[in-house]
Amino acid sequence: MSSDGSLVGTPADAISSGFPEAGPPRFASIGDVRSGLAGVDYLADDGISGVVYLADRLAKPVLVEGPAGTGKTELAKSVARVTGSRLIRLQCYEGLDESKALYEWNYKKQLLRIQADAGRSWEQLEEDIFSEDFLLTRPLLEAIRSTEPVVLLVDEVDRLELETEALLLEVLSEYQVSIPELGTVRAHQIPLVFLTSNATRELSEALKRRCLYLHIDYPDLERERSIIETRVPGISQALADQVARIVRSIRTLELKKAPSVSETLDWARTLVVLGIASVDVDQARDTLHILLKYRSDIERAEKELAGVESPD
Amino acid sequence: MLDLLTGFIAELRAAGIPVSLTEHLDAAETLRHVPLEDREALKYTLGASLVKSSTHWPAYETAFEIYFALRGPEFRIDADGADGDGERSERTTDTGADDLPGQGGRHGRGQGGGGEGMTAEEIADLLYQALLGANRSLVAAVARQAVSRYAGMEAGRPVGGTYYLYRTLRNLDLDKVLDRLVEASRQSAAAHGEVDGGGDGAGVPLTALEERLLRDEYQARIDQLRKEIEAEIRRRLVEDRGSEALARSIRKPLPEDIDVMHATRDELGALRRSLQPLSRKLAVRLARKRRHGRKGALDFRATVRHSLSTGGVPVEPKFRYPRPAKPEIVVIADISGSVASFARFTLHLVHAISAQFSKVRSFVFIDGVDEVTEYFDGVDDPAEAVHRINTEADVVWVDGHSDYGHALTVFWERWGEELTPRTSVLLLGDARNNYHASAAWVVKELRARARHVYWLNPEPRAYWNSGDSIVGEYANFCDEVVECRTLRQLERFVGELA
Repeated sequence: MSSDGSLVGTPADAISSGFPEAGPPRFASIGDVRSGLAGVDYLADDGISGVVYLADRLAKPVLVEGPAGTGKTELAKSVARVTGSRLIRLQCYEGLDESKALYEWNYKKQLLRIQADAGRSWEQLEEDIFSEDFLLTRPLLEAIRSTEPVVLLVDEVDRLELETEALLLEVLSEYQVSIPELGTVRAHQIPLVFLTSNATRELSEALKRRCLYLHIDYPDLERERSIIETRVPGISQALADQVARIVRSIRTLELKKAPSVSETLDWARTLVVLGIASVDVDQARDTLHILLKYRSDIERAEKELAGVESPD
Repeated sequence: MLDLLTGFIAELRAAGIPVSLTEHLDAAETLRHVPLEDREALKYTLGASLVKSSTHWPAYETAFEIYFALRGPEFRIDADGADGDGERSERTTDTGADDLPGQGGRHGRGQGGGGEGMTAEEIADLLYQALLGANRSLVAAVARQAVSRYAGMEAGRPVGGTYYLYRTLRNLDLDKVLDRLVEASRQSAAAHGEVDGGGDGAGVPLTALEERLLRDEYQARIDQLRKEIEAEIRRRLVEDRGSEALARSIRKPLPEDIDVMHATRDELGALRRSLQPLSRKLAVRLARKRRHGRKGALDFRATVRHSLSTGGVPVEPKFRYPRPAKPEIVVIADISGSVASFARFTLHLVHAISAQFSKVRSFVFIDGVDEVTEYFDGVDDPAEAVHRINTEADVVWVDGHSDYGHALTVFWERWGEELTPRTSVLLLGDARNNYHASAAWVVKELRARARHVYWLNPEPRAYWNSGDSIVGEYANFCDEVVECRTLRQLERFVGELA
């Protein structure tokens, strides 16, 4: 834990120093975002590349919402790779609190310190034990304090309780963290922030207002085909095309859980490993359990693919 | 540009999308960074700061298309044929005189354009070609042709364009086109072994799988065509009446505001899709409500017991939290044609959150009444159970027209005994009784036995007690009669109930 000046001594100082300067732009244009992401095998569509570009320019966090397995987390990772930033990840869960998300005092070390010089006056001691040496940084503070460029990923933010969401607000809008004993920690550089959500609950207005909103849905046929081709080595174009088509057909059925992009990729990989050049009904039936995870869904898809018309 | 944006945001707010001042500022800031000529990028980046929920996206998109409609010379309607392809310009030499009746709106516009005079067969043929070859620009061209020929648009009429869309699509008869496409591929597969897209069955007939994939492919192309046609109609309407006037009449309701009784098929689809996340969210919220925020009386015994660990000092007081009884729900729903979809949504929602009730029993009726609770037992997906209700429940007694009186009487005779003072009864229906006897005394008896009796009426309040609606007679004995036309209203009611 270095004292590199990232901590501002008193709150008064903090207020005077103003909003942190936005760094030099990470991307030159929207096309630049797209080609950059394509360079690390992430195929972005118009919406994704536009919003990422804007997030950089406006220095705003992005709230990414969409069905599971459509590449929300992957987007943050890919952006980190493109920009050469460090990825700091905060996985959210019910019961997450500030000692896990922001910072914590290392009380064991503090205790040792107190015992080590028993002779000193309390005033001196107090100043001493509430210093940076005894601070354990957690992801959010870590992202703020880092001097190198950072991509902060707050994963599955919808799992937080409504009250805990407020923890994020100061970091997201001001890029600073207030620690009562120390003052305000301000960001050196503005991290690119991604929050992902599976929409299991409505996020608070306060949080949404501070973010740009990006909805990532299942990709369309062409994009899915290119995703398969870039992500599955050794797949033939014909097979990739066929896989994408079958998956699209399956998604039109009313299923409990439509196949996600990652499941599609798993399926394509399986087909390649099995050495299948062109899928027929039997092969599809045998490998369908990779794509679908519910018994009833599998049965339904089998029936549909075999050409039996459903009653409706 | 800022004026345009302000107008656009006012329209979004009017459509029910909440846009705060901060978001407005962000959007304005966006305009500085995004090149305006890149329309797609503009749409997504503006959307990122203005729309914060995926269900609001269609409404946003519609408004965007209107406010940022393609204007300028290259998109003038007169220029129809200008960017066209060879196939079409050949035909422009044909006559332009075979106007259909109702095409009067064409006057003063589009006269110089090419292809106005294509006959129905030619359009159908061109459409078929476009869809078979997946040629996007050709599809767009066909859409334009079809609109000028079939929609019969009239200048200056304050309409939203749905009727034009319907008229165009009816004339194109897309279902038949789909069959024709599939049939053609089947034949060509058998003949050449080489099909456009998808399978390459070498000289053999298509397998069922391949045929299915092809059908989906064509379906997707046809959907594309529909969108093109919609866009084309909208573009013409903007040209005719200007953005603001049009936005008002074309405004798409948000899924939670759609009137369930009069929803179109597409809207019903949107409703069904939004129902599942809705019920999930509702369940989470209700469970939370139960867990948190309850005050209880001091539990003296537990406090003293706990104080032993702190040497007899009651550091941490213990409370006795109340455990409110979960209500028992009986749903009695009319599933006759007029209110069927509403009943389905309510049953779906109530069963999806059945964990919040100690017991849920469902009955459905038209003129006979039947219990359908067991359909929901052990089924993960309420939609499936609802489907079974439609096909299996025994609800017709005489003629299959709603008879509330008879249904209620039978219900009372067979199941009335089982109601307890903990039961809340929900009656669902528009109370349009086809002039049968009302048997309102049953509701009175229900009220006496059960804890609450609510009536959910999917009709607007203004229509109640008009015609054969006798909701007033029942209302005398209900705790409350609730107007419940949209998912939003339904959600609020169910949330308060639990």
